[in-house]
Amino acid sequence: MNEQSIFDAYSPKDTSLLIPLLQDIQEEYGYLPEDQLEKVADHVGLPLSRVYGVVTFYNQFRLKPLGKYVIKVCRGTACHVKGSLEILRTIESELGIKAGDTTKDLLFSIETVACMGACSIAPVIVINGNYYGGLTPKSIHKLIKQCKERG
Amino acid sequence: MKEFLELYQSKEQGFTITPDMFVDIIHESPEVTLPPKTAQELREYTSQLTFEKLDKPAIIIGMGTCGLANGAQSVYDAFQEALKKGNIEAMLIPTGCVGYCAEEVIVDIKLPDYPRISYSKVTPKDVPTLIEKTLINHEPLREKVLGIYSQGEKNSWGDLPEISTIPFFKIQKKIVLENCGVIDPENIDQYLIKRGYEGLQRVLKTMTPEDIIASVIEAGLRGRGGGGFPTGQKWKFARQSSGDKKYLICNADEGDPGAFMDRALLEGDPHRVVEGMIIAAYAIGATEGFIYCRAEYPLAIKRLKKTLADAERYGFLGDNILNSGFSFKLKIKEGAGAFVCGEETALIHSIEGKRGMPRPRPPYPTTEGLWGKPTVINNVETFANIPVIIRNGATWYASIGTETSKGTKIFALSGKVKNVGLVEVPMGTTLRQIIFDVGGGIPEGRQFKAVQIGGPSGGALPESVIDTPIDYENLKEIGAMMGSGGLVVMDETTCMVDLAKFFMTFIMSESCGKCIPCREGTKRLYETLERLTQSYKNENDPEEALLRFQGMVYIERLANVITTTSLCGLGQTAANPILSTLRYFRDEYEAHLYERRCPAGVCKELLTYKINTDKCTGCTLCAIKCPAEAIVGERKKAHYILSDKCTRCGQCMMTCNFDAIYVE
Repeated sequence: MNEQSIFDAYSPKDTSLLIPLLQDIQEEYGYLPEDQLEKVADHVGLPLSRVYGVVTFYNQFRLKPLGKYVIKVCRGTACHVKGSLEILRTIESELGIKAGDTTKDLLFSIETVACMGACSIAPVIVINGNYYGGLTPKSIHKLIKQCKERG
Repeated sequence: MKEFLELYQSKEQGFTITPDMFVDIIHESPEVTLPPKTAQELREYTSQLTFEKLDKPAIIIGMGTCGLANGAQSVYDAFQEALKKGNIEAMLIPTGCVGYCAEEVIVDIKLPDYPRISYSKVTPKDVPTLIEKTLINHEPLREKVLGIYSQGEKNSWGDLPEISTIPFFKIQKKIVLENCGVIDPENIDQYLIKRGYEGLQRVLKTMTPEDIIASVIEAGLRGRGGGGFPTGQKWKFARQSSGDKKYLICNADEGDPGAFMDRALLEGDPHRVVEGMIIAAYAIGATEGFIYCRAEYPLAIKRLKKTLADAERYGFLGDNILNSGFSFKLKIKEGAGAFVCGEETALIHSIEGKRGMPRPRPPYPTTEGLWGKPTVINNVETFANIPVIIRNGATWYASIGTETSKGTKIFALSGKVKNVGLVEVPMGTTLRQIIFDVGGGIPEGRQFKAVQIGGPSGGALPESVIDTPIDYENLKEIGAMMGSGGLVVMDETTCMVDLAKFFMTFIMSESCGKCIPCREGTKRLYETLERLTQSYKNENDPEEALLRFQGMVYIERLANVITTTSLCGLGQTAANPILSTLRYFRDEYEAHLYERRCPAGVCKELLTYKINTDKCTGCTLCAIKCPAEAIVGERKKAHYILSDKCTRCGQCMMTCNFDAIYVE
């Protein structure tokens, strides 16, 4: 889908379409670039500040591009009692970034999610849509190494 | 499998069946007469749908999110390849989750004239053996058998147990989940054959909206999203509100960590939820509806899209539903990730394209909701109860459960319990039954310590109260709430102060920021807990110690202020994790505060790392790894940790190859 056809799918000046429109743009770019936000504001007929307010309110929206490998760490209750904080800290120290950030080489991003519903194999992480369960800090080390080798 | 409707709308058959007729036929209405040939073909088709009569084997694979997370896709691919290679004819059918997550990947095999047999923990490696033994030689692969579903077939598998008799399923009562993991959720005919859309047909043909509302009130159904407000009452208010347009919303924004009931329902039996919604829309007079679903549930959204398209094609949605004159349009709205959007007024703002912040009530959404119009918002599970209430009657439904809470409740059982999974039990079942009978108790011989019910807004309950029969009122009395139905079990290795801190972290970051008690109060509560668990660096700083005590002295007062002065449900329950753990596990707080130790050994910075001098070989690995240079010792001699330099990072423990490092 190109940029114009995203906008074409939404009738202009309808503020209720703001969130789906932003979702489609993020789907296309992987994040919400500033110039696109300006276009969105024009399209739905809201000041840019209001659009920014909505973007920063919801966890789903990102203002920075994502890395090639997106590591989602589940921080649900079941994962927590099975040690997901330790898993998160290990990933953070392995990659030298905090949750919500992307490495400088744009290879890795870390995100946390509230619950992925895969509680049976807690603690769980998802790397680019693939689930990895029953993790320990040691197995994390291996997983990240594999990703790095693949580049 | 080709759909029946598709078969009989083709011209070659010389006979066309309309969607309305089709529903009549499938539910055996006597008014419809068919040409004998068509009737015969229909019987054959429906017996295939129920797997009663098959001409080739059916392999049914549990492919909900939990199944997929356990590798169901690779099992599916392995079957596909093996069947192709062996030139074996069989149907591969993906289904939703049967609820027994601990045993995923679950594969059911139905052979003609044999009972359906269910295998657990199937891996791609097992596939060739399964095909050879079960499909070709008609023998069970005993070590993987979970159970069988008998329907009076000719042949038997020997002495294998019925699935309903194994402990995990024994005390469960599957009403809402009856089709999950049994039917193909993407095939509307499979839902129809299970008496699907029969309720809808009945209300459109024989009931007035008032009848439906009276029936739902009589059934005693209460909102399954957490609050427990009587559903029929809510509908009545909306029905009585004047307005040129009314809306209906399904709240599928299941943001509660540790809960996955709604996800499983939407993935496993989406038509049931949609049918419930159409009936509700007819009852309140809504013409437009939304399903507000979390974007984190991609599979549920994909299936919902197909469900809506199919329902429309069959005439259950859209204009003039089943020729009744009633029209209803249903759309999916993807949530963008905000826990507070589970609150109804916040959810409405989110659908309107605004920041999802709650507003004061009244006016309630039933008088002034979406775009200022009367709106009913119910949870996924609530809607899923409606078809069965209409079908089996309010009296039947009201006979299940307790005095104040009727029907069943689905719980997502997880944490330190053997049988993790989705459980549906009648109201009035005790937590002990769920955890020990269904859940199989605590693994690794550990002790039960607490169960968190109702997510971040609920509470942690100790063993002394788990014999309480579950209903809305009882749970409130013991300091928890029904919530959406997450049950996280904890053993003695869980620290309750750390758990409270975990929930406060969650609530603090999810507070929308609109009102001060919640926005600032939760942050102060979090800081108090943080000081209890993490201030080793300032151990000797008197001011820090003073703050630590001061925080604890005022923690209950602050918690009560947040509870009584916050605007929405999220804020009013924000302090519950602290209040309930203080009520039942005060000794743990005291150990953290006075003795500066964590009895469960979780709060790292209160631990002391030590080296067992008998085990240490002096390999120096830990000393090299230690970022704080806190480990000293000569090569080939036992090392020591300098406690005041140690930052409790745990690197040494992970590095040691001899298990010589331990914590106290």
